[in-house]
Amino acid sequence: MNIVVCVKYVPDATADRQFESDNTVDRVGVDGLLSELDEYAVEQALQLREKREGEDIEITALCVGPEKAVDAIRKALQMGADKGVHVVDDAIAGSDSVATSLVLAKALEKIGAEKKVDLVMTGMASTDASMSVIPAMLAERLELPQVTFASVVESQGEVFRVRRDGDTATEIVEGRLPMVLSVTDQTGEARYPSFKGIMAAKKKPLETWALSDIGVEADQVGLSASWTAVEGTEARPPRTQGEIVTDEDGSGATALVDFLASKKFI
Amino acid sequence: MSEILVLVDHVDGAVRKPTLELLTLARRLGEPSAVFIGDASQGADTLAKHGAEKIYVVDDAEIKPYLVAPKAEALQQLVEKTGAAAVLIPSSAEGKEIAGRLAIKIGSGVITDAVDITSDGGTPVATQSVFAGNFTVTGKVTKGTPIITVKPNSAAPEEVGAAGTQEQVSVTISDAAKTAKVIKSEPRKATGRPELTEAAIVVSGGRGTGGDFAPVEGFADALGAAVGASRAAVDSGWMPHAFQVGQTGKTVSPQLYVAAGISGAIQHRAGMQTSKTIVAINKDEEAPLFELVDFGVVGDLHKVLPAATEAVNARKG
Repeated sequence: MNIVVCVKYVPDATADRQFESDNTVDRVGVDGLLSELDEYAVEQALQLREKREGEDIEITALCVGPEKAVDAIRKALQMGADKGVHVVDDAIAGSDSVATSLVLAKALEKIGAEKKVDLVMTGMASTDASMSVIPAMLAERLELPQVTFASVVESQGEVFRVRRDGDTATEIVEGRLPMVLSVTDQTGEARYPSFKGIMAAKKKPLETWALSDIGVEADQVGLSASWTAVEGTEARPPRTQGEIVTDEDGSGATALVDFLASKKFI
Repeated sequence: MSEILVLVDHVDGAVRKPTLELLTLARRLGEPSAVFIGDASQGADTLAKHGAEKIYVVDDAEIKPYLVAPKAEALQQLVEKTGAAAVLIPSSAEGKEIAGRLAIKIGSGVITDAVDITSDGGTPVATQSVFAGNFTVTGKVTKGTPIITVKPNSAAPEEVGAAGTQEQVSVTISDAAKTAKVIKSEPRKATGRPELTEAAIVVSGGRGTGGDFAPVEGFADALGAAVGASRAAVDSGWMPHAFQVGQTGKTVSPQLYVAAGISGAIQHRAGMQTSKTIVAINKDEEAPLFELVDFGVVGDLHKVLPAATEAVNARKG
């Protein structure tokens, strides 16, 4: 089975995230890393291989992003993925979801031309834009079944059955390979790379492709080709800390209720 | 006046509140037309009462058993048929995926998770709250028919009488859209409390509850609030994931958010930081959430909440 996990390089959510003067996300001035939510996809790919002992399963980490984004691929390789593909091209900067999904789809086609891709995996969302649309867009572009937001993944042969926890119902969704599968953070903690994994990752194959390698024209992507435009970004004024009281023999509850009453919540 | 399509979110025919908010927002842009996938007999009146001039009913048995893709095809055919000026979709997991597929199908830009929409000469301008609520972003779709998904609580639903003229629409669902099958669907059990994303007050519990949510639930009920949980509480198996507030759970923006025993990791803050008033109760005076609060109590939630519950109930008489 040939599995490709799409991984995104995002600004660290615990760092001071900013926008550039052209309203794109600052992906260079802030420390970046593999999107935490994509770690779950890498983990599920690795678990699938462990469960299906004896099958020939290859896991590729695919990332579209600036030069530093190679760190996201490296993390996936350290966790246990077999090889990496990094699509990097200055023209890609500022791409919206539609353009990003085009680049990913074309890269997946190129990977598939060499060896058919059976399973495209992603996290449930990125931790920066958090749109959650890329898996659906990939399924649309590649005409593959879309089995998304899986919180539990089970498979037998080519049939995958997942649990999808929606707003109003929990669904069991079934699809057959080849397909696009996105997994949530409910699928289970992602492993930390072992020392052995970190050393082994250094020798794993890592290819770097430009747009011309995957048959995408520069004018199809990037900020100018985006079908959406950010008009303005504004930092939300920081909240100022209000009154903090320490509870002593019930004084905390009284103060709390007084506060809520003063705000007309009671 | 240009037609604005609003995809109706419903549970077995009963229209959910976010759809009514979308109709209100749609009226700022043009004339709202509801798109009802399923049996509209129960929901049509509600939609008309909230501004739907037309209701396109797509009652096709071939849609329901499959995930997302057939709904996107149905919407595509309606956009082409009506020449709509924009499509508004509720920002649920499914709504966002329908929007994503529709964008590729009709060659249009898509904006997700809008918290407000205004009109710039009929062109929708969407406001989003990003980076854990630290930034407000405004944006437009610049190509095709704007597709925007909108979060719950983005507008107060307005009652305005509209015609609500129903039109049955038949669509063609391709075989390619019937590849991810929903083989079982179990509705969530009703809790008797307000819906988390729609509630005016939310009381959430975290690691500090130690697994005992009774004080949190008791206080929530005294205030008529919804109950939420931090990821730590969900990961510990104390509450189902549907109650999780935060980056990978629900984003809430109530009038009042009460966090009990929640330290306030960035992932949690991402889900509640835009609440109007924030209150925290925590034993640890160093808990980062205290930095955001309008009012904080350093103390044991197991003592503070039951006493506060009693006091609230006493005041209500």
